[in-house]
Amino acid sequence: MTSADAATVRGVTADGLAGLPPSPAVWCSGLRKRYGRRTAVDDVSFTVARGEVLGLLGPNGAGKTSVIKMLLGLVRPDAGEVLLLGRRAADPRSRAAVGYLPELFRYQPWLTAAEVLDLHVKLAGADVPPAERRECLALVGLTERAGDRVGGFSKGMQQRLGLAVALVARPELVVLDEPTSALDPIGRVDVRDIVLSLKARGVAVLLNSHLIGEVERVCDRVVILDQGRVAASGTLAELLGQREVRLRLAGVDARAEDRMRAAGALARSGDWFTVQLSSDDDGVTVPDLVRDLVALGVRVHAVEPVRISLEERLLAVLRHEEGT
Amino acid sequence: MIALTVAGLTLREAFRRRVVWALLVLTVALLALSGWGFSKLIGLDTDLGTMTSGEARLVASMLLNLIMFGFSLIAAIGTAFLAGPTLAGEVESGQALALLARPVRRSSVLLGKWLGLVTFGCGYVVLAGLGQLLIVRAVVGYWPPAPATGLALLAAETVVLLTLALLLSSVVSPMASGIVAVGLFGATWVAGVVGGIGGALGNEGVERVGTVSRILVPTDGLWRGAMNAFQDPGALVQMGPEGGFPFLSDAPLTAAYLAWAAVWIAVVWALTALSFSRRDI
Repeated sequence: MTSADAATVRGVTADGLAGLPPSPAVWCSGLRKRYGRRTAVDDVSFTVARGEVLGLLGPNGAGKTSVIKMLLGLVRPDAGEVLLLGRRAADPRSRAAVGYLPELFRYQPWLTAAEVLDLHVKLAGADVPPAERRECLALVGLTERAGDRVGGFSKGMQQRLGLAVALVARPELVVLDEPTSALDPIGRVDVRDIVLSLKARGVAVLLNSHLIGEVERVCDRVVILDQGRVAASGTLAELLGQREVRLRLAGVDARAEDRMRAAGALARSGDWFTVQLSSDDDGVTVPDLVRDLVALGVRVHAVEPVRISLEERLLAVLRHEEGT
Repeated sequence: MIALTVAGLTLREAFRRRVVWALLVLTVALLALSGWGFSKLIGLDTDLGTMTSGEARLVASMLLNLIMFGFSLIAAIGTAFLAGPTLAGEVESGQALALLARPVRRSSVLLGKWLGLVTFGCGYVVLAGLGQLLIVRAVVGYWPPAPATGLALLAAETVVLLTLALLLSSVVSPMASGIVAVGLFGATWVAGVVGGIGGALGNEGVERVGTVSRILVPTDGLWRGAMNAFQDPGALVQMGPEGGFPFLSDAPLTAAYLAWAAVWIAVVWALTALSFSRRDI
């Protein structure tokens, strides 16, 4: 975000002028945190727009949870600024419309599931009728256990309850830190559906997950953290836009190789050739390449388009194989 | 508003976790036992002959202080071990994460916890203490000179201790905070007794031990004020004002000391709020 954008954000906060676009759900800039001599988060900045689903990816210890805790005022940043829904994070009211499922999800074991929701509705200062609270429990599949004490819940059920807690007070921003770590495959699909329905309702979601497939399915944009820094960020199209085509060829000479290099970076392994295509490819590069290769006397055995998965892209970024 | 919600939650925890019921059973047993004990005082055969009702009342007033000390000890240990886990334990277990991510100030949450614990601790001390006073009155016919003041001071002692336990639990682990708080409570009591002996022997240096400890942690000072309100004024005359007996107190508390106790509570509370608000959860 440029300083001009940041000024707009502040302007909206200060004036509350109607007609201006709403401030982003999350705006953070230059976040830094040290624990003793170890730097956990170093100069992290990103934005989550209203109604956008942002995936936070990175290896263990990359600083994802620290960043989330700094956004929510649970951890004090050593430097940097955070605005939540247009308010400074130092102001507790900035969290009025924020739902949070922590990575370490534990709720008062002596309360029932319904009482935990009641407590959070009260703390959020929200006006949510009982029927809506029950719906929220139903959404995460806990209707039958609403009157049971949380102390008797399995880990998966506690995580489902945590999801209901995050959703119950009509949030405009939902922060989910590893929301499926204790869930079975059906639970994971449920979470995916919930995130997609939040997106459809214009609720912004910040999703931290190790499950890349999950992120790839639901996120609009991704921020990859590595060793406390933003290693890469962008929309999925930007990050995955790069495509490749693999060709199995015979009778390749220097002229044919030059023709392939003209289409994109070339790698060879035996009689397999891999050509990296640019993201703005209009769809004619590959047919034209095949036509020209045939004209040059090359025998084409196979042409396989390869789509780079988010996982491959993530690994490439983390192994510093390419810059962004 | 947030503070009241959290206070209600803290009290609900005490009830749901059966702390209240365990205490109730323990206290009823103690009260019944003490009632039986006091009833044996009258007509007791001692080496000096049968105890008259007047003598019995005198002994009862001293015994009453002993039992009240027992109650203050139960309240002290109970609240200290409840206060520790309530703050540090919730942070450690992760329960605090979802709670503090709500639009709440940490000082409001702390105030709520404190209010809940104060209600619990003071409620216990006042009810159990009042029960004991009534039993002594029914059995021996002794009624202390200032029961309300005594109970209030006993409650204040509990407040001091749980405020201290909360401060400790915001800097050290929950278990350690309970142990240190109860340890300090015991140490100041012992220092008070040592000071009393110093006073009896006329040794100013030793006497000062008690005075200094009463300033540093006002539990013992408040306890001595409570004893003074419960005991028979005749007991002091009998034992001698400089007796150094640990369950008799020479003088009521001064207004200055009460003010100091209030300031002490406020300062320790503020330190806790400061430490809690700066803490990474």
